[in-house]
Amino acid sequence: MGLLTFKGGVHPYDGKDLSKDKPIKSVSPKGDLVYLLSQHIGAPAKPLVAKGDRVLVGQKIAEPGGFVSAPVHASVSGTVKAIEPRLSVGGATVPAIVVENDQQYEEVEFSSVEKVEDLTKEEVIKRIQEAGVVGMGGAGFPTHVKLSPKDPDKIEYVLINGAECEPYLTSDYRRMMEEPQLVVAGLKTILYLFDHAKGYICIEDNKPDCIKKMEELVKNEPRIEVKALQTKYPQGAERSLIYATTGREVNSGMLPADAGCVVDNSDTAVAVYRAVVLGRPLIHKVVTVTGDAIASPQNFAVCTGMIYEELIEEAGGFKEEPAKIISGGPMMGKSLYSMQAPVTKSSSALLCLTKDEVSGSPETACINCGRCVTVCPARLVPSRLATYADHQNEEAFVKWEGMECVACGCCSFTCPAKRHLTQSISAMRAMVLNNRKKNG
Amino acid sequence: MSDLINVSSSPHVKSKVNTSNLMLMVVIALLPATIFGVINFGLHALLIVVVSVIAAVATEWLYNKGMKKTQTIGDYSAVVTGLLLALNMPPAIALWIPALGSVFAILVVKQLFGGLGQNFMNPALAGRCFLMISFAGKMTDFTLPAGASSKVVVDAVTAATPLANLKAGESVDVMSMFVGNIQGTIGETSVIAILIGAAFLLFMKVIDLRIPLTYIGSFTVFAAIYSAATGGFDINYVAAHLCGGGLMLGAWFMATDYVTTPITKKGQLVYGCILGIVTAVFRIFGGSAEGVSYAIIFCNLLIPLIERATIPTALGKGGQKA
Repeated sequence: MGLLTFKGGVHPYDGKDLSKDKPIKSVSPKGDLVYLLSQHIGAPAKPLVAKGDRVLVGQKIAEPGGFVSAPVHASVSGTVKAIEPRLSVGGATVPAIVVENDQQYEEVEFSSVEKVEDLTKEEVIKRIQEAGVVGMGGAGFPTHVKLSPKDPDKIEYVLINGAECEPYLTSDYRRMMEEPQLVVAGLKTILYLFDHAKGYICIEDNKPDCIKKMEELVKNEPRIEVKALQTKYPQGAERSLIYATTGREVNSGMLPADAGCVVDNSDTAVAVYRAVVLGRPLIHKVVTVTGDAIASPQNFAVCTGMIYEELIEEAGGFKEEPAKIISGGPMMGKSLYSMQAPVTKSSSALLCLTKDEVSGSPETACINCGRCVTVCPARLVPSRLATYADHQNEEAFVKWEGMECVACGCCSFTCPAKRHLTQSISAMRAMVLNNRKKNG
Repeated sequence: MSDLINVSSSPHVKSKVNTSNLMLMVVIALLPATIFGVINFGLHALLIVVVSVIAAVATEWLYNKGMKKTQTIGDYSAVVTGLLLALNMPPAIALWIPALGSVFAILVVKQLFGGLGQNFMNPALAGRCFLMISFAGKMTDFTLPAGASSKVVVDAVTAATPLANLKAGESVDVMSMFVGNIQGTIGETSVIAILIGAAFLLFMKVIDLRIPLTYIGSFTVFAAIYSAATGGFDINYVAAHLCGGGLMLGAWFMATDYVTTPITKKGQLVYGCILGIVTAVFRIFGGSAEGVSYAIIFCNLLIPLIERATIPTALGKGGQKA
């Protein structure tokens, strides 16, 4: 059978060689830790501690602000220094709990269980929610919500997303290479919730060692299969992945569950296992610190709340002046103007580039070549959409399916005229959504 | 440190392909046909090419200069326009005619409508049609210039192109039409040279097969049906139509012009089909032996309609298949 894939997509320079052979190294924070109350999609968490309180590793310091929300836990022990707005990677300031690290790493007691089967399904979901597990692939959607579809019996596929299609990122790869049994254990935990589902571990074929390792591990698991995917960006985007592995199509008005699918990142699966079986909250994240400006690119296991600046120091600092620093990958990551933003549950990489290709390539006239149409995984016409967006022509934008854009960046990447297509479309999409909210 | 870093919205990387290198590849792909034309028709043909290209680039440069706009000649699109126009010229034409055509193509058809990407007609073809209407006699005089290759098969009686002979009901030599040793415009005669260039563009992924194949395909079907309906199917007649006139140059290099083609994939198929039929109608039933240029600029006008009718179905919007 050929490799699974979707229609469209691009092949950017992948840069993974910089860090793919570097084992995950644990680093301890030196300065204060900043726990943002919005590390997830949904309502911000509400603080449970006050200034001056002592907190322990794993202690819940903020509770969910609603069903679609997640609690926040301390990753170190120490004293709450302040509850104040702090900078997030998006550039906005959001409320945060600042903890001064006492370097004791005194833990709360974690309530582990022997095996998943000792728990009811409700208890499993409760434990995932209590542990503050959110999607670690980037969006940060609360996992317990994802795992509570209207009709769990209709879920036919649980997809573990190990595609890691973003260039430069190697954190999921290292996790799957070093602790594949935890990924499988996480998948089995999720499968416990869905009686009629099969589990697919989906990995791009640029990680053959990883595919082999996983296949070896699941050969006696009747419900689990490893699916090799063609290496192509954005293979790991949720809708692309569902289409590639199951042939089903999901649009912006649907949830994956409507197509009988649940998709979780490989690292999220590990967090699910740790939450359910070990009773441990999500307080660590593997982050790739890489790019041609970094002296020694690495994969770090870091405490959430750690300031990005410390990660750069851990990676030997800059060997060259960076022109652009990105939280995440080069296709969908957010560029930073300050290194004071903290690591969150969905941080995946810190990418430091010596060249900024965007400001280095000015926009020219669209020549209507149609390359954006060819690469768009949502099968849209980005060049037209961008024009409608620039004209704020909402009617035409919606008619040409602008709301189906997933902001993967393929059109901007491929455009020979170097037009900022994704940027225009995303801005218009946000505006339309906002208008809809306003008008009910 | 904050002021040192560039901040922008994602994506943060760009592919290496840009407008200039795409246009440059089109120029390279046109070289086989150009070189063949120069060998075939001699030095005067080369002069036409040079004058036409210089006139096109100079017009764009002067326009940008005069209108205080950003200089755009670096994208090589004016070179492509000038070259295409030259390849559509009879080999012995006076040099001021292609020069005038280039000025018209760049100034009126392209720049006045907003420059590259905004022209609704192919500039080179609109330039050619302007010249055809203005100087019909000169533009259809295919006498060989001094210095032309002795290999060129000349119709001693009428000095007409094979396509004109075909229209008049005379027999033509398809093989020499394929190789290109015939009368015609500078770049259109050699099917081989054009196909070499087209293969290069396909290989470099500058163009795809959608438009050329549907164009040539629907044209062939129409010509075959016409041939069958009027006194029995004649393979020679169809082959001569395929190799003759501007069909190959038009199908591979002018109907595929990015700016003046539908952007939707389905629309490109529709566009190609309509082109083939319109070209055949113009050639067979029209007043002139040629039909490609008029067919393409006519179909250019249909593009907004074609696009509107072929908006692609977004992922997940076509109903659940699985």
